[in-house]
Amino acid sequence: MVLLQSPAVRVALSVAIATGLYGLSFGALSVAAGLDLAQTMALSLLLFSGGSQFAFIGVIAGGGSGISAMSASALLGIRNGVYGMQVNVLLRPPRWQKLPAAHLTIDESVATATGQADPAEQRRGFWAAGIGVFVLWNVFTLVGALAGNAMGDPARWGLDGAAVAAFLGLLWPRIRAKEPAAIAVVCAVVTLVAVPLVPPGVPILIAAVVAALLGLSGLGPATEGLEPDVEPYPSESGSAGKGTA
Amino acid sequence: MTLWGWILLACAVSIATKFLGFLVPAKLLDNPRMLRVAGSLTIGLLAALTAVNAFASGQSLVLDARVAALGAAAVALWLKAPFLVVVAVGALAAAVARLLGAA
Repeated sequence: MVLLQSPAVRVALSVAIATGLYGLSFGALSVAAGLDLAQTMALSLLLFSGGSQFAFIGVIAGGGSGISAMSASALLGIRNGVYGMQVNVLLRPPRWQKLPAAHLTIDESVATATGQADPAEQRRGFWAAGIGVFVLWNVFTLVGALAGNAMGDPARWGLDGAAVAAFLGLLWPRIRAKEPAAIAVVCAVVTLVAVPLVPPGVPILIAAVVAALLGLSGLGPATEGLEPDVEPYPSESGSAGKGTA
Repeated sequence: MTLWGWILLACAVSIATKFLGFLVPAKLLDNPRMLRVAGSLTIGLLAALTAVNAFASGQSLVLDARVAALGAAAVALWLKAPFLVVVAVGALAAAVARLLGAA
């Protein structure tokens, strides 16, 4: 197999397996948050961006409204617009490929592509990681949701603790310096101060405004926060996925 | 609007956001300020979601079994455990804390 000899495709496969497995926890937590199986699958098939999906169900689980959940997920997805621009410059896809490429534009596919130097390898890496993650993410979401449905009361199994761990796990790899850590602490404190004052879900949106202002004011290096959840090239200590395109 | 409506709207917004990047000229998004805002938004939202899921119960702040999950997950991440292990450790810590009498 020529494809399996491509370094980018090999990286993409391991990224797809690791990321796909996240889908297990997303599926289980989504049904625990009160979404049904079809709603959970709609998010994985159509929204297809792990952080935004976790954000949506995280707000719903906390008693937030649909509009708060949608807003949190939309704001967390803004970075995908930046990635889309990078992929467009990097791969120069023909017009008919733009929509499928856009749908597969996520942290992991972009990081896999930008970590390669050769344009053909960048292209293979992007499509292999994008398609691989899409297939496995959806398969494991289904498995997780079915398992979650069978488990019943979420608190009994510590699934609410699993949600806390999942969000911390998504945040952790993005904090590599003092400035992003400061942003994280400020936003967490702002959120907790706001919890008793405004309806559920809204504190997260207030934190988003604060984060955007901190970003505008120039706190932190330009590409902090744009790291993939699964680092495709761990030995290069974070040079991949930083939007160097 | 029903939950289904918000779910489908969130999906449409996600696809539109990604596609927009393919349509606009690179110059528009490729400036340090835009990258900074996208990056700090991502960090700020994930920090806010972590805090809410750990300490909020409706509109009140509580200390319950989820604090154990937060601490255990932090230790697992510090030990460089993979994501799925971190999630499982969080669930286990919350379940054990409840067995030991935490709310």
